[in-house]
This record gives sequence, C-alpha cells and structure tokens, in this order.
Amino acid sequence: MNVSSPQPLLVVGAGIAGITAALEAAEAGKEAVLVEREQAVGGRVLRSHQYFPKLCPPSCGMEINVRRLEKNPRIRVLTGAQVAKADRSANGWSVAIAVSPRFVNERCTVCGDCSKVCPAKVPDPFNLGMNEVPAIRLPHPDAWPRRFVLDRSACPSGCKACVDACTYDAIDLNAAGREETIEASAVVLATGWSPYPIEKLPELGGGRFQDVVANVNFERLASPSGPTGGKILRPSDGTPPKKIAFVQCAGSRDVNHLPYCSAVCCLASLKQATYVKEQIPDAEVTMYYIDRRAPGRNEDVLTKVAATEGVKLVKGKVGKIEECAGGLKLRLEDVEAGRILDAFADLVVLATGMVSSLKGEKPPFGVGMDDDGFGLDNPGASLFIAGVARRPEDVAASVRDATGAAAKALVAARRSA
Amino acid sequence: MEKIGLFLCTGCEIGAAIKTDGLESLAKKGGAKSVVMHPFLCSEEGVAAIRKAVDDGSVDSVLIAACSPRAKTAEFRFDPLKVSVERIGLREQVAWSHPHGEEDTQMLAEDLLRMGLVRIKKNILPKPLAETIEKTVLVVGGGVAGLSAAKAAAGMGHPVVLVESSARLGGSMAGVKDAAPEQPPYGELHKNTIGELISAVQGNASVRVLLQARTVHIAGQPGQFTVDVESPSGKETFLAGAIVQATGASPYDATKLGDLGYGLTPDVVTSVDLDRMIAKGEIRRPSDGKPPRRILFVQCAGSRDPAHLPYCSSECCVTTLRQVAAVHRDLPGMECAVVYRDMRTPGQMEHFYQAVQEQPGSMFTRGEVAKVEKGPEGNLVVRLKDSLLGPDAALQADLVVLAVGMIPNSADSEAIRALRDARVGAEKGDSDVQRAHAAKVAEELAFHEGTEILNLEYRQGPDLPVLRYKFSDSHYICFPYETRRTGIYAAGTVRAPMDAAQAAEDGWGAGLKTVQCISAATRGEAVHPRAGDISVADFSLQRCTQCKRCTEECPFGAINEDVKYTPQYNPMRCRRCGICMGCCPERIINFPEYSVDAVGSMVKAIEVPDELDEKPRVVAFLCENDALPALDEAAARRLSWNPWVRVIPVRCLGAVNVIWIADAMARGIDGVLLIGCRKGDDYQCHYMTGSELANKRMENIQETLTRLKLDSTRVRILEIGRNEFDRIPQIFAEFEKVIEETGPNPMKGF
Repeated sequence: MNVSSPQPLLVVGAGIAGITAALEAAEAGKEAVLVEREQAVGGRVLRSHQYFPKLCPPSCGMEINVRRLEKNPRIRVLTGAQVAKADRSANGWSVAIAVSPRFVNERCTVCGDCSKVCPAKVPDPFNLGMNEVPAIRLPHPDAWPRRFVLDRSACPSGCKACVDACTYDAIDLNAAGREETIEASAVVLATGWSPYPIEKLPELGGGRFQDVVANVNFERLASPSGPTGGKILRPSDGTPPKKIAFVQCAGSRDVNHLPYCSAVCCLASLKQATYVKEQIPDAEVTMYYIDRRAPGRNEDVLTKVAATEGVKLVKGKVGKIEECAGGLKLRLEDVEAGRILDAFADLVVLATGMVSSLKGEKPPFGVGMDDDGFGLDNPGASLFIAGVARRPEDVAASVRDATGAAAKALVAARRSA
Repeated sequence: MEKIGLFLCTGCEIGAAIKTDGLESLAKKGGAKSVVMHPFLCSEEGVAAIRKAVDDGSVDSVLIAACSPRAKTAEFRFDPLKVSVERIGLREQVAWSHPHGEEDTQMLAEDLLRMGLVRIKKNILPKPLAETIEKTVLVVGGGVAGLSAAKAAAGMGHPVVLVESSARLGGSMAGVKDAAPEQPPYGELHKNTIGELISAVQGNASVRVLLQARTVHIAGQPGQFTVDVESPSGKETFLAGAIVQATGASPYDATKLGDLGYGLTPDVVTSVDLDRMIAKGEIRRPSDGKPPRRILFVQCAGSRDPAHLPYCSSECCVTTLRQVAAVHRDLPGMECAVVYRDMRTPGQMEHFYQAVQEQPGSMFTRGEVAKVEKGPEGNLVVRLKDSLLGPDAALQADLVVLAVGMIPNSADSEAIRALRDARVGAEKGDSDVQRAHAAKVAEELAFHEGTEILNLEYRQGPDLPVLRYKFSDSHYICFPYETRRTGIYAAGTVRAPMDAAQAAEDGWGAGLKTVQCISAATRGEAVHPRAGDISVADFSLQRCTQCKRCTEECPFGAINEDVKYTPQYNPMRCRRCGICMGCCPERIINFPEYSVDAVGSMVKAIEVPDELDEKPRVVAFLCENDALPALDEAAARRLSWNPWVRVIPVRCLGAVNVIWIADAMARGIDGVLLIGCRKGDDYQCHYMTGSELANKRMENIQETLTRLKLDSTRVRILEIGRNEFDRIPQIFAEFEKVIEETGPNPMKGF
C-alpha cells in the first residue's frame, strides 16, 4: 500500500480467522497487532484432528502460518491478552489491552524439566478437560509462542519446585500483568465460538451418560495428541465402540436451543465417520440427520462416506436418548413420515453446534449483533468481524472472510487516516 | 562463506548427550574459523555473543548447532543481507532422541556438524531484487466478485482496470431483483444492491472499466505484467502488477436435463429464466402467457449427479427460497412446491428457510424427480421417487422451475497447452508415427480451442491451472487464494461454488491479495508460502541443455522458454520451492543459500564406516513443512529412532535432486529415504505438485540405481502427515530392516 495510516490494524482473537486477517494485512505492508486471550495462538482449529474435505491435519497449515508470523516484522502478537477498554479516537480506536502475567518467560526452552517435578495436576483445557496435565506444561504440541505456561491458581501454597528445577531461570512465580494501550486505525474482531454445551441437551443424554459425547470431544479422541493417544474408546469402559450413532443438529436448527444451522456439523460427522472406519473397520456407524449439508466440493465427502460399508445415513430427528442394557437407546422421530423408531448404539456423538463468542457478553467495541449473537460489521467505526464471530462457517470460509475483513479494515484505515 | 563461526549450545541435554571435547578440532578441520560453546545459547547472553562476532566482522556466517531450525527463530535471526545463518538441530535429532554418551550418538552429532559446516561454506549472501513495480491491478470479470475486488484494490490506493466481456457490469446478479437476507432481518427478502456496487465502481476515479473487452495477451510477471486488451474502442496495452480472475460461472446447460422435463414443454424453465420473469414483474407461463397457479421447483437440477455435476452448486437452495418468497410477494396465494434431496441453508439462511416454509402456499418435500409428463389440462405432472409422499407420488404444476447448478467459467490451461503442443508435433514431429499420434491428440483436445480467458504468455499454458471439476487450483482450505500462478488470484464462482454474498467477500479478499503481491514485489520479497524470502534462483545458462524439465515442472509456471527451449526465469513468479533445482539434470539452477552443491556436499560429508563395522548409514530427506515438524514432535516426546539415519531438511521433496541420491550411493550410504507430504487430488504439498513430481522422479532414480548395479529397495519415498510424529521411529525401523535384508552397499570403501 502506498498510503496507509501509521497506526496498526488491531486483530482480536488468534484463531484461524484472526491469524489470517493479521497476516494478510501485514504481508500487504500494514502494521498489525494480534491479540489472543489464551497463551498460545491457534484457537479451535488445532483441536481438530483433521479438516474436511481433504482429511488433513490443521497443524500443517498452521505450520506455515506460524512461520509467517515469526518472519513478518510488521506483526506483533500479544498472547494472554484481552481487550480491557476500547474507545473511539480521532483516527480509529484507542484500545487498552490487559496482558495477564506470564509466569514462564521467553527464556523457556521447552525442555520439560519443570513439568516433571510439578506436583499439581489440572484438567487439560486443550483436551477439553478429558485428561489431567501438570499445572506447568506446554499447552499443546503445536503451541506458539513456544513456551510453557503455568496455571498459577493450581500451585500448592509455597511450592516452587518448578523454579528450582528450571536451569534457565525462565520461571517467575511473582510475574505481574501489565496493560498497554494500542492506537489502532481499524479493528477486526475474530473472537470465534464455543461449542453448544451438551449439558443443555439432557434429553439426548448430554451430561448424563458417559458414552454420549460432543463432536468436539470426539475429535480429541481421534487425535494422536488427544487424551487416548488417538484411540477411539468409550469413555465409560475404555473399550472400542462397535455401534456408533452421530446425532445431527444436536441443538442446532432448534428454536429451543440454536435456531440457526451451525454449518459445519454435517461434514464434521461425516469426517468423524471416516476416523471410526479407519480405526475400527467393522464398526457400524449411523448418522441421523434432517438434511445432509455438504455444500460445494464437500459433496465428495458425503458421496464417499455414504458409500462406505457399515455406514448408514438415516433421515430422522433424534428426540430422546436413554441408557439401556449394553448401551444407549435412541428414540427418533421420522419428521416427514411421522413415525417413531428406536435405535441402539454403544457410543453416541452429539453433533453440537457453534455459539458465537459475542453472545451474552457485553460486546467489546460496542459491536452490533444479530439476535443470535453474531457480529455485524460497522464500516463507519472501522470495525469488522471475521470468522465464526460473524456467522457459522467452516475453516475455508473463515479464511476467505478473514481476508475480506482485513481488506475492508485496510480500506477503512486508509480513509480515516 | 569464508569466516564461519560455529556456535554450539550445550543446554537442553546436548552437553550430556555428546562429548564436546574434540568437537572444536573437528569444526576447525571442517572450516570453522571460530568455535563458541555456550550452555544457553538462546539466552540474551548467548545471542549477544553471536551478535558481537557478527558485528565486529570476525565471522560472516553463523552455524548454530542447538535446537531445531524451527525453534527460537526470533532469537537466532540476523540480517540476511549481512550474515548467512544455518542451523543444526542437535537437540531434537541427537540429545532428545538418542541415548546419551553412546558411540552411535556421538557419530551422529559429529556427522551433523560436518554436514552443517560444508553446507554453510557453500552459501552466498542473497542479492534482493530491486525492480520497478507497477501498482495497477487488473480485474478480469465484472460480476459481484470482480466489482468487489476492484473496489478493494482501489480503496487501498491502487489504480484498477476492470475488463468485462459483456456489455454491462454486474454479472449474473445484474438481472436479479432481490437478494437473500445476508444481514438481519433474516426472514425476508432484501434489495439486491448490485446497482449500488456498480455505481460505486463506476464512480471511482481510480477504476477504469472496459466493457465488451477481453485480455488477448498477458506477458511478464507480478509487478510487471504487460496486458493487451481488445475492446470496441480498439486494442490497448498497459502494465499491471497483479491480477484477479473473477470470471464467474455459467448456469448448467438445461438442454442436458431432458430427464427433468426440460424441452418437454416451454413451461419447464430454469431458475435463471424465473429470475428474469420476477425482475420484469411478469411471472407467466411461457406457453400461454398466463400467470401460473402452481409452481414446482426442482432442486439439484444437474448438481450432485455424477452424470452432470458431481458437486453441490451451493447457492441453488437459497436461490429457490428467494424465488419462492418473491412469487408469494408478487402473486399472493400462489402455490409453490419445492422438491429437494437436502435443503442446504447453512448458518443464518436457516431463518430464511423457516420463514419461507411458513408462508401460506409453500410446500417443501424431500424426493427426487423420476419423470416429468404433460398433464391433462396443458399442465405438467411431476412423478417423484424416494419420496416420503409415497411410492407413486406425483405433483401437478403449471410451471416447473429447474434450480440449475453452476459450471466455472475457467479454461483448462494444461489441456490448452497440450493441444498447442500436439498441433506443433503434428506438423514438426520427428517421424510419421509421432506426427500421426500428435494429430490424434490434437483432434481429441480440439474443443479447447478458443476457450482461453487470460491468454498468459506462460510456457505451461495460457490460464490458471484447474483442479477437479474445473475450479481453479488452490489450497482451498488453509490458503484459498493461492493459485498456481503467482500474482494471479481467482475469486468468486470460478474458484468454488458459492452464492453472491460469498463471492463479494471473496472479491474483497482477492483484492487484498493483489495489493499484497505488489507490496511484496516492491520489497523484493517472495509471496506465500515463503513470504519475505529475498533470495532468487540463479540459472547458469551456459551449461543448460534445453531439456525443458524446469520449464515443465515448475508448479507456478515461473519459467518460460525461448525458441531454442532455453529457460527464461521470472523471479517474481518464483515461490522459492526449489523444484526446478530438484529436476535439473545439469544442476545449473541454484539458490544463494540452497544449492545442489551445498546439499550434495552434506551427503558427501557423512562419514561412512566400512561394512565390517556393521553400522549402515541412511540419508533421509525430510520436507521442512510436515515431515521435519513431525520429527521434532517425536523428539519432544523423547521417542527414539535409529541412530544411523542422517536427516537433511529440504524445502520440498520436489527439490530433491537425483544427484544427491547418486552421491549417497557412490559414497557407500546404504539407503535413502524421501519423506514428504500427501500428493494427489487432496494434496497437502504446499507447492502443490512437489510431492507428485518427486514420486514421478523415482522412476529416474530406479534407473540410476540399476546403472550403479544397486538394489532399487535402497531408495524409498514416503508420505507423512504433520501430526503423525509417532510414525517417525517406525518408518526408520522398517527401512532399517529393508536395508539389512538388502545387505551393505557394495560401493562402500570405493
């Protein structure tokens, strides 16, 4: 760009959408600041075992993106950081960023000596709490910045085992947080989503039965870096399941839960069916759906999975799940035919939907939202939304929209400069 | 480089794993001018020691023997114009993955040091490009995506020339009255704002619009394209820095849909026809000009059908909803039935679906059309199959609307090039047989004649290469805009099936990519995936044999040919993958810090024990994007693997030159592994075809082995995923078994 505002673009949220928006802007010559609440970038995508439709690991593309982040002199990444306050300024936004204390500093070499001696165990947030990890650890295998993190609240009183074990003087248990103000020319909000909690679906066994799991948890079960080392096992008894049911629209397209379609769950389940068939070839997989939504080239995934032996796709809305001898009983309502059927499974995956991160919160930057909590662009305020904070969509669409949002932000920044 | 400084870190268990005394003399023997050992090299103090040596000029190159080249990159970055840096991953490849203090571990570390030293010695500092860069952006196609791209690029301060083949802007949205609700309220029709977008572009002083125009020739490279455009006002030539191709898609040819009743009576129309009627405010039966009472919409007309379009066209469900809503508005009381296989209304479109479904007169039913027949009263009877209305369900309608799918307006560049080559071959082939064969190929491909869109002067063909189903090739999950032609970005429905709102977004994104490409060219830097790389390839053309391998194999078409087939390198098209370097049999293509000689020297620097020692040696070339990270992860988890393997990271498997394998064999190395990314339709190779090409070259390698009288099992090529760290030890163990069975390389000791 020939003329650009000297003030940086601020991108909030370093999932795939935020990373993309910041990188695309920075590679176009714009200064960018990328702010992430967690201690490492990557957001939800790194928790996926594979992407559809190519069935490839998200860490592959993230490897490139991390190289791009490291190499670009115009980009600054603040992790463990949140927007504390945002005010309109003459040329954009004046944003106070609260950076939480980082107890492990940049001297960390990820050698792991501290983890070995740490007496405190915490549920692993990366694996959605499905296993325990030391309070001091690498947050996940692909963590960047590549540094250990410490869950300080879990430290036993007076313990400094990690400090003593660290050869590199990289741990400061008394580290303090700080605040800095960024004068931004424009803002891209890419704060992502959270999975619809299965506890809100008790009729489908959510939160009631161990062998009823959410699709996001199932993704971790299939991942080599997950709690089972990539083995698909029933949580109740640790055995491989033989009859797996995927329940689509678990919460989505339902006025009592999420009235919209979450856009990715059909393909996520089809993808997960391939994980099952690869690991447990004789397993029976049934997917209960209202509509099979596999737009564009994703149709190929549907065609392939539907043709797999041992995979059945049944049009029907599951209304109730109960425990029964040896497994789970699904009561389903064939909406169009008006029939009620029973089906059985020993593991049920609820294809739960996506909830906008903006929903229910006091939205930062005074961003406008639709009734479902998805953010609306405000070009007049140089404020743009990218990724699932804007609408339910898959990774490919998030990357596209994030690039578009960066473009709009750069145009707005230039106009207001 | 002449003054090599070796900086060896003894932290992170490296000092415990190997004996460091003796390494200094090894390094000096290997050409190091100075050796510094540090217990914590990535610390401020450690880095300061390196910086001091660089600043006082005592070293001109820095060899860092510490952690993986992927770790601590910020700490170990120095000005690439001043100092050459190479890294040896002693921590991951030695200390974390092999038993400490053992002879094999020591030998491994010493080999890695020797390899690093010869490699950095061969490095030359890069000379960045400093070219005059044109800022104008060319946009081909004036539909939603093209208009949005033009608006974006102009908004970022770039002049834009927009070339549209028809007489008006707006593309397929121009004749459409309404828009689906992209913003709240989601339950109702919105106004189609294409008119405002057209006005904004036409009213923008930075944008020049050429109608009824086409690009007849585009030569050059990013930053320096010369574009010839023909329009009614004549032919003109201008410069452009980067290009957006937004040529859209066409409705599927309904005449092929006789099964769905098209052609049976004039009252079977397409969704495009109905949009015209809605826009005119005259929804009429074509047969008698009367308003219909009942309209039946048939979804997936041509889409999701292997006989027509195997993919889903993505936008037809929402188009039908929009049309049903418009019909209800314009002709209240009209019945609209929709026959669908799956209603696809992702995201907030679900609200629109619910709202339209609830309108009086709407009926949505799942099923497929078995047959369309003429009805008794001049109407139509649509017989259904797979319908929940019953086995013989039939619906009557007096207008049937086929929701036709879309076909990208792309040109099959590779096929066009094959056609052109065949035409030349038919005339100038060496023998009658060759000429006849070429003539036959030319005949088969003749239908591609005249389908060119961009008319690029590229050896590999005049347009963007296409992927399955003729959508332009790209890494369509992570990096959707990256086509195989640098600086040329596809946007909208030519890239993937999408609706108008998505096409607008796509246009904005592609607009930014053009600005980015021009910005990178101005800085003399490469674009994705090696964004920021300032080195360019060097071609020693005096030794070129005009074999054409590089011109044909470059995934990005960076290399043209002159009439004598001598390669003409376009550095700003180049992505620095090194695939040309890998394919060149004369080894004349090299990068300043990545050359055939440098890597070959690494292979030759490996000490090969004689066969009596029973210590075989294996060289493993690992793709640095997926295989090397997988190896690093295996090491981080302290998995252990065979200590006889020597790992050499490469930019891409396609950058592996066969000579390295020959060198390894000649040196007595027992086996060579090439480990890279997935190839094929769902390729993961970040240079698109690198993995594919490496596999093809294996045939060549087998020949080399046979010539050397060696067993072909000694060389193996494998794919690995970025997350498959657990396979690393397994791969090495299995290969070791193969080598054991094959026996020692008979070239040992020669």
